Amino acid sequence: MAASALSLDPLVVAVILAMALVTVLTKVGGLWLLSRTEVGERVEAGLRVLPGAIVIALLGPELAAGGPAEWAAAGVVLFTMWRTESILLALCAGVGAVVLFRALL
Amino acid sequence: MVDTETSEREVERADAESVTFTRGGVVAGFLTCLPIAFGVAGYGVAFGVLADRVGLSAAEAALMSATVVAGASQIVAVELWTDPIPIATILLTTFAINLRYSLMGAALEPWFRHLSAKRAYGSLFLMADENWALTMRDLKTGSGRGAFLLGSGLAVWSFWVVSTVVGVLAGGAIGDPETFGIDFVLAAVFVALAVELWEGASNSLVPWLVALSVALVSAEALPGQWYILLGGFAAAGVEVIRHGR
Repeated sequence: MAASALSLDPLVVAVILAMALVTVLTKVGGLWLLSRTEVGERVEAGLRVLPGAIVIALLGPELAAGGPAEWAAAGVVLFTMWRTESILLALCAGVGAVVLFRALL
Repeated sequence: MVDTETSEREVERADAESVTFTRGGVVAGFLTCLPIAFGVAGYGVAFGVLADRVGLSAAEAALMSATVVAGASQIVAVELWTDPIPIATILLTTFAINLRYSLMGAALEPWFRHLSAKRAYGSLFLMADENWALTMRDLKTGSGRGAFLLGSGLAVWSFWVVSTVVGVLAGGAIGDPETFGIDFVLAAVFVALAVELWEGASNSLVPWLVALSVALVSAEALPGQWYILLGGFAAAGVEVIRHGR
């Protein structure tokens, strides 16, 4: 068991490192490109909305794939976060709510 | 010598001029991110369980978590993982899913342009969705803490790697992740972050509605996770047009 937990297959390691390389390129690529070109005010305005927009773009389909239990639990997270501004509290409330709602709904 | 336009831009940049890279910034980032890192850990356990089911060892799964540091792409990768390994598919999918990091990294440019290349790119290695959003929020308050991404990234990274190992070792013993609501952690994190990133109806409503509708339509119409990029780009594009008027 211990031996298999520590085993490293050369091909698997190579694929993982290739994934790491590809990912690093995406992580540094945007900043690298931007540091070599001057960005106008309007592009900056576009970049400013990206944080929220990407979060919403990730979240929308994720929630749409769920059902009433997930939607209600998302509402619980929203409300808890809005009232308390505590991420930990909001996450606990949300995960608790989704377990509860899945049992009830 | 200095024309008006240039000096106005200098004034705009004034906040960013005082970007520092300190131990205090690392610590602040780490501590602020801890609650979120707990959420990430729940997801890491789920990833570990999935990795175990496709035959990855604890060492291999931990190596992936430690070097790739991109949860969504790792989970999709192990879902694609078969024997023989579909290498090209896995790498292309990883690239597509993580392409959003280019946009996210670019969004840090106003502050990171004041850091050395080593510090800026080193911090970007540890950039994940969660700590990037926290970092944007912190930098926008004018804190000037250029090391915040590194600190919050270290929190995410350590919890991510450790929880991956826990997940692999726990293996099938955990049973169905849905029983414990673990599968809902990612959605919950994003709802919470959305609340924090909301900049009022006049700033956020239009771009968010654009991002939402484009993402929903393209998630149905296109394979993979292109919808994330499309939603983000569409919102940014609309904002560029709005800003020009």
